[in-house]
Amino acid sequence: MLLQLKDITKEYQNSGVVTKVLRGVSLNVEEGEFLAIMGPSGSGKSTLMHIVGFLDRASGGTYFFDGEDTKDFTDDELAHIRNERIGFVFQSFNLLARTTVLDNVILPLTYSKKTNHEKLAKDALEAVGLSHRLNFMSNQISGGQKQRVAIARALVCDPKVIFADEPTGNLDSKSGDTVMGILQKLNNEGRTVILVTHDRSVAEHAKRIITIKDGSIISDERVTHQKKSKVVAEEQDV
Amino acid sequence: MSSVYKNINIIVKNLISRKARSFLTILGIIIGVAGVIIIISLGAGAQSLVLGQITKLGTNLIGILPGKSNDNGPPAAVFGVQVKTLIENDLEMIKDTNRIPHITDIAGFVRGNITAISQYDSIDTSFTATDGSYPRVQNVEMERGVFFSDEEGRASANVIVLGYDVAEALFPNGNDLGQIIKLKTSGDDGVSIPFRVIGVQKKLGTVAFQNQDDQVFIPFKIGQKQILGIDYIQFIRAKVDSDENVKTTIEDIEQLLREQHNIKNPENDDFSVRDLADAIKILTSITDALRMFLGLMAGISLIVGGIGIMNIMLVTVSERTREIGLRKALGATSKQIRNQFLIEAILLTGLGGILGIILGVVVSYLIALGAQYAGYDWSFVISLSAVVLAVGVSVLTGIVFGLFPALKASRLDPIVALRYE
Repeated sequence: MLLQLKDITKEYQNSGVVTKVLRGVSLNVEEGEFLAIMGPSGSGKSTLMHIVGFLDRASGGTYFFDGEDTKDFTDDELAHIRNERIGFVFQSFNLLARTTVLDNVILPLTYSKKTNHEKLAKDALEAVGLSHRLNFMSNQISGGQKQRVAIARALVCDPKVIFADEPTGNLDSKSGDTVMGILQKLNNEGRTVILVTHDRSVAEHAKRIITIKDGSIISDERVTHQKKSKVVAEEQDV
Repeated sequence: MSSVYKNINIIVKNLISRKARSFLTILGIIIGVAGVIIIISLGAGAQSLVLGQITKLGTNLIGILPGKSNDNGPPAAVFGVQVKTLIENDLEMIKDTNRIPHITDIAGFVRGNITAISQYDSIDTSFTATDGSYPRVQNVEMERGVFFSDEEGRASANVIVLGYDVAEALFPNGNDLGQIIKLKTSGDDGVSIPFRVIGVQKKLGTVAFQNQDDQVFIPFKIGQKQILGIDYIQFIRAKVDSDENVKTTIEDIEQLLREQHNIKNPENDDFSVRDLADAIKILTSITDALRMFLGLMAGISLIVGGIGIMNIMLVTVSERTREIGLRKALGATSKQIRNQFLIEAILLTGLGGILGIILGVVVSYLIALGAQYAGYDWSFVISLSAVVLAVGVSVLTGIVFGLFPALKASRLDPIVALRYE
């Protein structure tokens, strides 16, 4: 079991008012899964993803990552996990502005023990089909390309899991389809992918969909007919 | 080591990618540092100018007067009371460089009132009888002719140097050199002595409440013996080779005179030895006020520069905080973030400091050049402590305001920093 969540709660305190965002979420994710977390905005799906992706901390419950209780992790251990074992893709890309595509992908490597940064970054960019944009500034490329750079950046340290938070949210449908295709390809290669979206048609690219409402999981279903991105569909046709 | 280098490489790239912010931060430091250096240099230059004016009258001078005086009041001789305890032998002893090593020149004086008569006119004026060394003790500038020499002084030659106003009064046509005038003392038994005019002093105006142009200079012995009929010295003025030696020279002279006068207890001194301490005190209070004023301006310039740096740093906090959030999300530890921002702050402020020093020194130098070109006695002075203070304060401001928000942000959960607005 890669991820094991039991009774995860999260509450915010804002000037004395307590807002419960997660009300006891339990979830298991196996290695190699492609999971979509669905739900309307404010349902707590992003918060759940942030907790699972070590960007945020739960208020209660237990979370085992790869068999280890995350409660005992120090800040530095958490940083190493974020660096080596997970990759994060954000809705708003979060690239470093005025920095080249290549340097953006190299960025997580500078925090790792890995060597040969440039080669690894170029390989990751090739995997997302951006070998021809290495020296472009991050603000000179299209939104779809930005998200592919972000995926390359999530990929470059060879993580076990890729978390994608509304990765198509800021993209047109064609770019979105390309991005989903890349995520499907990564999953086909054996990587665990966890996706957050409010869009059913995006979620159907995954193999399993859980739905969250008001901080609780209300459904957990297997996708019987996984929607294929054109990118993946074309590759399989060949 | 290579990771440190790689780190710096990334940070430099990062700084270059934020040209505007980096430039504004550096600019704030440049303004702060250069401003302080220029202002302090201006202060020192102006001080040298003021000091230069005073030096024209002669510096490192020691006055030896007969009669005891305490430190609070002037000696009795100043009030016209004749004290006869300073004699020619004292002057000769003080001249002995084995005893008083730091004196470069020394002149004895007697003064009195006299009537000067030329073929054209006569004028009541005062005479100063002194030695040929006078021009080396006090700065003398001649309008025409020369001051009398040591030999002429010793030989009591009948030569005279006129103050500017006296020359004008006695020789309205300006043709005075080589002419004979007479000095006549008042009273029925007054003497009348002829002198040949060998020089006229430049117009000096009033110095120390005395019109320097309304007097004549004659050799010491003539004034002392023939005109005044006395055998003591009214005062002695000596020039010391350097400022630092003034105090010891005063002590040496006091010691010597006590021996000469058989005085065991300094309480019983029958002479007083003084330097230009009073004048220097006044001068110091003026230049101190000037320096305080300039220091205040330098402080304001530092504050302005500091606020500039602060502003830029604080304005970019939200952007920086999001960047820190991203870096943490990608796996940076708090320590790595701290190091990055520390190196960044040091690079920025260090560069700004160096550029500020260069700019400040260059501008100060140009100002000094310009002032010297305009004929002012202006020195180019760079105060090391001002440089250190300015760079210190600017760099500290930059580091504190650059690093503090970064440290705060590095302790946030990544998602909190990422969402910071």
